[in-house]
Amino acid sequence: MELVCPAGNLPSLKAAVDNGADAVYIGFRDETNARHFAGLNFSDQRVLKALDYVNSSQVRLFVAVNTYAQATNWRQWQRAVDTCAGIGVNALIAADISVLDYASRRHPNLNLHLSVQASATNQASLSFYHEHFGIKRAVLPRVLSLKQVEQLAQKSPVELEVFAFGSLCIMAEGRCILSSYVTGESPNTVGACSPASAVRWQQTANGMETRLGGLLIDRFDHHEQAGYPTLCKGRFRVNGKVSHAIEAPTSLNTLDLIPQLHRAGVSAVKIEGRQRSPAYVAEVVSIWRKALDQYQKNPEGFVVQERWMGGLARLSEGSQTTLGAYSRPWQ
Amino acid sequence: MQITLGPLLFFWPKEQVIAFYEQVAQSACQRVYLGEVVCSKRRELKLDDWLAIARMLQASGKEVVLSSLTLIEAESELAQVSKVCANGEFVVEANDMSAVHYASRAGVPFVTGPSVNLYSAEALQVLHRLGLKRWVLPVELSFDHLKLILLRLRELGITDLETEVFGFGYLPLAYSARCFTARNEELGKDHCQFSCIKSSSGIPLATQEGDALFTINGIQTLSGSCHNVLDQWQVMQAAGVTAMRLSGHNSDIINVAEEFALAIANNAGGKTVTQERSCNGYWFGQAGICTARN
Repeated sequence: MELVCPAGNLPSLKAAVDNGADAVYIGFRDETNARHFAGLNFSDQRVLKALDYVNSSQVRLFVAVNTYAQATNWRQWQRAVDTCAGIGVNALIAADISVLDYASRRHPNLNLHLSVQASATNQASLSFYHEHFGIKRAVLPRVLSLKQVEQLAQKSPVELEVFAFGSLCIMAEGRCILSSYVTGESPNTVGACSPASAVRWQQTANGMETRLGGLLIDRFDHHEQAGYPTLCKGRFRVNGKVSHAIEAPTSLNTLDLIPQLHRAGVSAVKIEGRQRSPAYVAEVVSIWRKALDQYQKNPEGFVVQERWMGGLARLSEGSQTTLGAYSRPWQ
Repeated sequence: MQITLGPLLFFWPKEQVIAFYEQVAQSACQRVYLGEVVCSKRRELKLDDWLAIARMLQASGKEVVLSSLTLIEAESELAQVSKVCANGEFVVEANDMSAVHYASRAGVPFVTGPSVNLYSAEALQVLHRLGLKRWVLPVELSFDHLKLILLRLRELGITDLETEVFGFGYLPLAYSARCFTARNEELGKDHCQFSCIKSSSGIPLATQEGDALFTINGIQTLSGSCHNVLDQWQVMQAAGVTAMRLSGHNSDIINVAEEFALAIANNAGGKTVTQERSCNGYWFGQAGICTARN
């Protein structure tokens, strides 16, 4: 299985390549990609440097142009696609049918991957994107159980890539606008979820309070580590009871599932985190490289090592990891 | 301006659903969308039951559309979508690309619901080529965005595509593999005991300071406030919008439809029914939860 790793800047890209990535995915410095954060991502110049670096190590470069092209400046998405085709990236990751349609007509040789933001969770949807735009691969939303991934892999007309590790989206990607409901900005429109400009941290007598768009998302006791106020991971009141009503801060970790995913015919595993530091990328990629190598060497004797799990847990939200939707009881 | 009633998003007992649609048959709603769009485990009504309601509504002069499931995970769910698309009698509202795939392959016209991501005229053009007759604006887009899209559609030579706007009701905001209603009852989804049926208009979720935030409805998360842009119908109509969708969380929606029909008949803009906490921020380019003034 191909190890697909994130990079929000050139140092992270180098960290990913140096630690064993098979492919690295990046985005441009604008709202054409779903991790549009200040100080992150690549200018056209930097993309060329990134391409040089990956090429010298036989690593593939994917570029995400995976937000929904907006009526206000549709040509910006068009330009992003043209740039990708012009410099010869190994794949363009896109979700919007207008972007896919343009790319497949204008640049028939450009390799297209369907972004997780397209929310394609079933064989008919995958066939739709395959027949109309010739996608070669699809990234599956984090909503399917392992059994459902296995069944889909049998019938899928394209390669499948699944999420392996990183922050856990609880909602079907591309179908969540909780963020714009509270802040006016969402992944679909501007590539932002719970944007930093809407966040406030306030030390109060009740503890640290985190707010988004002025609304209280969580309140942390002095002994608790305060987490970033993401709407799906706050503590809210439901029927008089305060709890993590949607999900607790946790990260997805599927090291345990490497054998099953491989046997199912999954082509690639994806590490989430273009917003993360080079050190984070280096450590996660290095652990996953070791695990995948060990599995390949000896599939029958594959055992997940404690230190890998410990290393990944330390890098996880709330120091906790989960199998997420792959496991039915989580659902 | 047509008044339409969106699919029932909540899980009601069969008798209540039938009684509700008997009221709808006598209401001001001109088009009615029918079917389960949230959770395939809700099986109080089978497809045949929905078809019976559809025929009853049609006999009362309503235009009927069958809505398909939004988040499809299991093969059995996909089979259900395929069956709805092959009904051969009523137009289908696609709420996932799978339904677009089935309808366009069969060469039958289709419409799309608010969860199909169409954010530009160029995206609409792709589906228009495949048989799209009407679309619902994604709920997070503003009137300014809509005007640009409609202008561009005309430039692209597309003049026969109808536009519907989600005008009233809890806004559908997210879908998940996890069932939050079951989680709230400390049950797993596989053993949910169909607990949605106990909360006929969802479960309110508030911040620890008591601000209404969301409404939990099984695997779906809705807004905590009721979106209401009915008072914008005249500017919508002038821009080319042909229908306004109402989404009900109780049978009051019948009264909302009556009052709205009266406003249209009297060519009255301005204020419209607000029986409860409402919001309209998305329409004015703000956070959806906001209440903006025109």
